[in-house]
Amino acid sequence: MIGVSAAQSASPRTGTATGRPAGRRSRRSGPPPAGPSGPRGTGLRSRTRREAWLLMAPALIPVALFSIYPLLRGIWLGFTDTQAGYDITSRFNGFDNYVRLWHDSYFWQAFRNGLIWAFSITVLQFFLALGLALLLNERLRMRWLARTLALVPWAMPPVIVAIMWQLVYNPDAGLLNGILAKLHLAAGDTNWLGNTATVFPAIVLVGVWAGMPQTTVSLLAGLQSIPGELYEAGAVDGASSWQRFRHVTLPQLRPVIATITSLDFVWNFNSFGLVYVLTDGGPAGKTTLPMLLAYNEAFKYGDFSYAAAMGNAMVLLILALLGVYLRVRMKEA
Amino acid sequence: MAVQSTVRAGRRTGFRASSRPHSAPMSPALRRGPAVRALQYLALAGYVVFLGFPLLWMLSTAFKSAPELVSLHPTVIPRKPTLSNFSAAFREQDLVHAAWNSVRVSAAASLLTTAIAVPAAYALARYRTVLRRGALTWILVSQVFPVILIVVPLFLILQQLGAGNSLTGLTLAYIVWLLPFALWMLQSYVRAIPVELEQAAAVDGAGKLRTLVSVVLPLLGPGIAVTVMFTFVSAWNEFFFALVLLQSPQLATLPLTLARFVGSEGIVALGPLAAGALLATLPGLLVFALLQRRISSGLLSGAVKG
Repeated sequence: MIGVSAAQSASPRTGTATGRPAGRRSRRSGPPPAGPSGPRGTGLRSRTRREAWLLMAPALIPVALFSIYPLLRGIWLGFTDTQAGYDITSRFNGFDNYVRLWHDSYFWQAFRNGLIWAFSITVLQFFLALGLALLLNERLRMRWLARTLALVPWAMPPVIVAIMWQLVYNPDAGLLNGILAKLHLAAGDTNWLGNTATVFPAIVLVGVWAGMPQTTVSLLAGLQSIPGELYEAGAVDGASSWQRFRHVTLPQLRPVIATITSLDFVWNFNSFGLVYVLTDGGPAGKTTLPMLLAYNEAFKYGDFSYAAAMGNAMVLLILALLGVYLRVRMKEA
Repeated sequence: MAVQSTVRAGRRTGFRASSRPHSAPMSPALRRGPAVRALQYLALAGYVVFLGFPLLWMLSTAFKSAPELVSLHPTVIPRKPTLSNFSAAFREQDLVHAAWNSVRVSAAASLLTTAIAVPAAYALARYRTVLRRGALTWILVSQVFPVILIVVPLFLILQQLGAGNSLTGLTLAYIVWLLPFALWMLQSYVRAIPVELEQAAAVDGAGKLRTLVSVVLPLLGPGIAVTVMFTFVSAWNEFFFALVLLQSPQLATLPLTLARFVGSEGIVALGPLAAGALLATLPGLLVFALLQRRISSGLLSGAVKG
């Protein structure tokens, strides 16, 4: 939902740029814009400001209490020695948690897993979703079926997605082994989720499947917003369909691509439920993602502060990667 | 910016060919040859298999009898379809009780979230104050930060308030978690209401409150309905907060109980598990079927992902 805020902050500008007279007039006669104004203006302004606060208050209070305050306290916890228990005492201990993290091989393994997991899903999903979106943008029969199926994962709880794929991967009665045995490709007794060689590709496939709706819908909406004249102009100039794709479609899609791939990366790096139900991080910590490790630290071993320190490290990593990625993409554009 | 353009584009053109009034996607100059068409259909078939087969398999497992489930040569279409898995799922006291817990939490959370989001969304759409920037920053931050940073302190705070390990506490957590999404959706509905209507009401002597209640609120009806449905399904599907905040088994929500089945009973309960999973998906599918147009228009893309 990062894109959300970008959309909102951008809309006032575009709103006036596209010249919606209604919106403009209202801003003059109705709630006046913030800015220097006469004595009458300040009276009006403080009234509208009071109105805005009053309207926001019912949402603001729970947000402050149960979102902003916990978040700040969570960041702070990462610099203390807080443990779970009945009388919780916490003492500031500076960077002790981070020194411990630095020497913690489980942490490094989980981070590596998280990066590989998020990266491979984002990339695979992007290409698969782009292909699907291009197909859905054509006039094909049976398009409705693919479109409906592409949206279904969106409606399913992650836990159910995981259960469903467990049925597929089940070593004895699963779909995958059944198919492989029938095609005589394999003996059909592979324990997909219990084998260290197969488990990671297996869960990545689930991650890709589960995230298809968001990516496909965003890319398709992006495709449909490209003006048809651009393609016609390209065709008149004798561009092949590959050239049109390369020089019209891709550049036009660039902002959408940057947004959706960043979101996919963040979501998957922070994901929990899917892998928790599929493998619970096993076998042998092979699929432990950062969130799973942090969850175990906090709620299995009661080490609240260490879990919070991991959370802080995750935020830093995400912000650093996103910063670099978005800067590169913007330069390209 | 990007999403905004997709949102606007999506709203304009929609997702269905039929709802696309003026923009023909392909001009005559860009028609495909038969070989390309064939490849396209092949690719489309590939997508249908990848996306559809797991679903089909869950469906078929739910209707298979116990002996058929352990058969060495499983078939996609059950040989003797049976409803026994569904009755077994319904006989599980835990499952039925968990479904009831889920209904209560999701209903309370979706209604309360929408109720507090409506006035705030109005303020976001119509006033430009510091609050607007603050709200946008908060929405952004709440997406990037991993939930572990919020859930540990929330766990402590709810305990201090006496709402630890309770459905009330979980509902509170859901309200805050659902709010960014509800605000975003509702404020786009507010924007779609012409300001002239409010001005006309003001000219007729209606106060601000009166204008809001008798002009804006009725026009927001569809937006409110959509928001309630989406927040309901998001809460219904949620897993992590429930896992952390609820410890007593009798408080567990449906995803928690189903996840526990996987761990403890394994292959024996495959059939009832598939049946229960199928039932747990129904509210989501129902809302999805009702609102497919809106989802696909990009308006909601990426909005609901735990």
